[in-house]
Amino acid sequence: MGFVVSAIAFLFVMAATGVAARRLPSAPAIVYGGSAAACAVVVLWAAATLAGGGGVAEGWVLPIGLPWIGTHLRADALSAFFLLIVNFGGITASLFGWGYERAHRDSHAGPVLPLFPLFLAAMNMVLIADDAFAFLVSWESMSLASWLLVLSTHREEGTPRAARLYLIMASFGTACLLLAFGLLATAHGDYSFDAIRAHAPSVSAAAFCVVLVLLGAGSKAGLVPLHVWLPLAHSAAPSHVSALMSGVMTKVAVYAMIRVLFDLLGEPVWWWGAVMLGFGALTAVMGVLYALMQEDVKRLLAYSTVENIGAIVIALGLALVFKASHTPVIAALALTAGLLHVANHSLFKSLLFFTAGAVLTATGSRDLGRLGGLIHRMPTTAVLALVGAAAISALPPLNGFVGEWLLFQAILNGPALPEWSLKIEIAVVGAALALATALAGACFVRFYGIAFLGRPRSRAAIEATEVGTGMRLGMAVPAALCVALGVLPTPLIRLFEPAVRLMVEAGPFDDRAYQPWFWLAPTSAIGNSYNGLIMLAVIALLSVLLVLVIHRRASDRLRLSIPWGCGFDGPDPAAVTQYTASSFGQPIRRAFGSTVFRARDQVEMPEPGDTRPARLTVRWTDPAWALLFTPIATAVDRLAERASRLQFMTIRRYLTLMFLALVVLLVMVAVTQR
Amino acid sequence: MTDLGYDAAHMLGAVVLLMSFALLYQRRLFSLLHVFTMQALALAATAAWQAFSHDEPHLYITALLTLVLKAVVIPVALHRIILKMNIQRTIEPALGIGLTMVAGVSLVTLSILLVLPVTEDATALTRENLALSLSVVLLGLLMMISRRNAVSQVVGFMSIENGLILAAVGVAGMPLVVEMSIAFSVMVAFIIFGIFLFHIRERFDTLDMQKIESFRGESD
Repeated sequence: MGFVVSAIAFLFVMAATGVAARRLPSAPAIVYGGSAAACAVVVLWAAATLAGGGGVAEGWVLPIGLPWIGTHLRADALSAFFLLIVNFGGITASLFGWGYERAHRDSHAGPVLPLFPLFLAAMNMVLIADDAFAFLVSWESMSLASWLLVLSTHREEGTPRAARLYLIMASFGTACLLLAFGLLATAHGDYSFDAIRAHAPSVSAAAFCVVLVLLGAGSKAGLVPLHVWLPLAHSAAPSHVSALMSGVMTKVAVYAMIRVLFDLLGEPVWWWGAVMLGFGALTAVMGVLYALMQEDVKRLLAYSTVENIGAIVIALGLALVFKASHTPVIAALALTAGLLHVANHSLFKSLLFFTAGAVLTATGSRDLGRLGGLIHRMPTTAVLALVGAAAISALPPLNGFVGEWLLFQAILNGPALPEWSLKIEIAVVGAALALATALAGACFVRFYGIAFLGRPRSRAAIEATEVGTGMRLGMAVPAALCVALGVLPTPLIRLFEPAVRLMVEAGPFDDRAYQPWFWLAPTSAIGNSYNGLIMLAVIALLSVLLVLVIHRRASDRLRLSIPWGCGFDGPDPAAVTQYTASSFGQPIRRAFGSTVFRARDQVEMPEPGDTRPARLTVRWTDPAWALLFTPIATAVDRLAERASRLQFMTIRRYLTLMFLALVVLLVMVAVTQR
Repeated sequence: MTDLGYDAAHMLGAVVLLMSFALLYQRRLFSLLHVFTMQALALAATAAWQAFSHDEPHLYITALLTLVLKAVVIPVALHRIILKMNIQRTIEPALGIGLTMVAGVSLVTLSILLVLPVTEDATALTRENLALSLSVVLLGLLMMISRRNAVSQVVGFMSIENGLILAAVGVAGMPLVVEMSIAFSVMVAFIIFGIFLFHIRERFDTLDMQKIESFRGESD
């Protein structure tokens, strides 16, 4: 515990250093190095704590904050697991950020150095907060620090709007959480988590609380339809901050959901999980459909985060449902799947944002339509991006596959539930998740194929060069872990088993006598098991065979191609004839987009003899905006216009209004007193 | 002795309230100031009487402060301001005098109806005193909104403060600090008002709020 608190204090010192030493040329090295060191301390502490059985029972009360209440801090097994995830992301982001900052010296950009450690410190504080005040203060500091980090690119087009939207949604989320904690503490007026745990709220209060937490933490995590700010803000920030926001901050929101729904609210009711399942499925499918429509690399990745949050929320919903129906072993399986996916997503999403940052550094562009052929110019980045894309597409033997596999094992247990409506809902959710996973595969084939394969689509892509060592190192570490966790997931699952046990009072491997470290065979997985080593061997063997067959049979064969160049044979074939990002997305846009997004393709064909190029225009509307946010914004505007009349009255009128209000209140008191 | 103390305190409080009513129907600025002076005198007398009958010597300080500030310094200063700035000496009421009086009476009724049931545990004197001082506060507010002249609004504000001090001296055990702070806040408010009046006057050549409002660029 002392390690964590001193690491947070050290991060604050780093923030101060970032202010004081911002003119020094060595400032980035100091600040990012210091942040990485602080994060490393916390990672080691968290791993050691989890390995030792998990968590600190005794909390700390620091005499800062509200008088006579102080700040309660405690790190149990769940906090320790999330500390591990957050700070590991912090280490890689610091490594990458150090290189990224050197490559992107922009004198007009806002400050990043002081805010980066502050952001990390705030996220750590959320995780160890043990009373509602400390939690909310840290949560809000996390939002504000990340908001300022988004604003550091304020000169880029679109950033101001993204930041404004983020600020509104973050305030909304915090307000919801504030109300939720208020409801939890009304009965006894004590805001420490221990007291909230000890007094179970009434049924209706708990129901309101669930809704408020889903709104508050869900808006931070990016649950559809509260996701609108996320792709804009995440993609506007500098790339290492994008990685932190997308890979790590959304996980803090997931932590908030778990903490309240599994821990503070006591015994769950089955419909809580049903609501989460529904929104999770909606989020997963919509997120990936949005991602398929994007041309901007970072925005595509941000929408893919929305999809993965959907999958995590489905896992949490399943765990809640099974916990409510008193089958803790299956709940443990679902929660394990959820937490594993949290770890996985933080790894491969950081990795992918780093590769996007590397591509941005090398080419100056985030537009898929201006990339292409980078595999020849940035070979290391290309290989690492391939690992990330394969992992997020849930291809074996990478870590994404293990998480999704466990999640589907939990979904296949759906018929064990007593409620018929839930059995049917889980089947539907499973189908939706399968659809989302398949579409995610398509999405990342598109991402990788357009950005790294083919021929360059712009001068910048032709002149791209490989990025520096710091950035490559920042990418290589998560990529290596993606492979390692895919082949050997069991040690990690063992490591965070105390967290699962704390939340659902069962572990994923209960009542199984022997569990080897290379074999993943959870209880209640209906006899299914996964062995990464066998998978790796089979895939390696098949790949070698495939390469051999291609080289033997196909490489030296005579190939004929038609003379107009779409076979890419000429000395300098026009890159414009290649498959583009929008042509890749077109089939899916036609199949799903025409109904969901009301997408319309419009082809403008010039007359014969006219030398204008033909033009394809794609129009689509965002249903979240069209159905939810635009009406709300209109209503708010109208109300504000009404209310602004109050600002143009004379002093005497104001006094009269106050006087009348006072008299009315006094009359009310006089009437109700008797 | 207690009966006499009660009656005298009650009477002095009633005089303060009566002066509040008198403030409401004044049509000339100087008579307004005279009535305000009388209210302050009555208030000082109340404080002194409470100090004497309850044997609480610190209330003498309150009485003295009220006497010096409210009954001498502020009226004299306002008098000088009016002379120096050559302000029009009549007050235009925004609300008719009759209507104002009706509203005032109903406010007093309201405060009596409000205070008496709420404070059933307290002594009779405290209850009456609270009802009286609440009435004075409400009447002061009424005065502020029913007069167009800036000086009369200042006087209305001061009479609100008088109501507060009346409440403070009536409740036994109110520490001196409270009264001191009220007295000083009145002083500060008065200085600010004075500066404002000068500035308004310099800018707009009038202290009639109705005319000043037309300078705001928006129509009423």
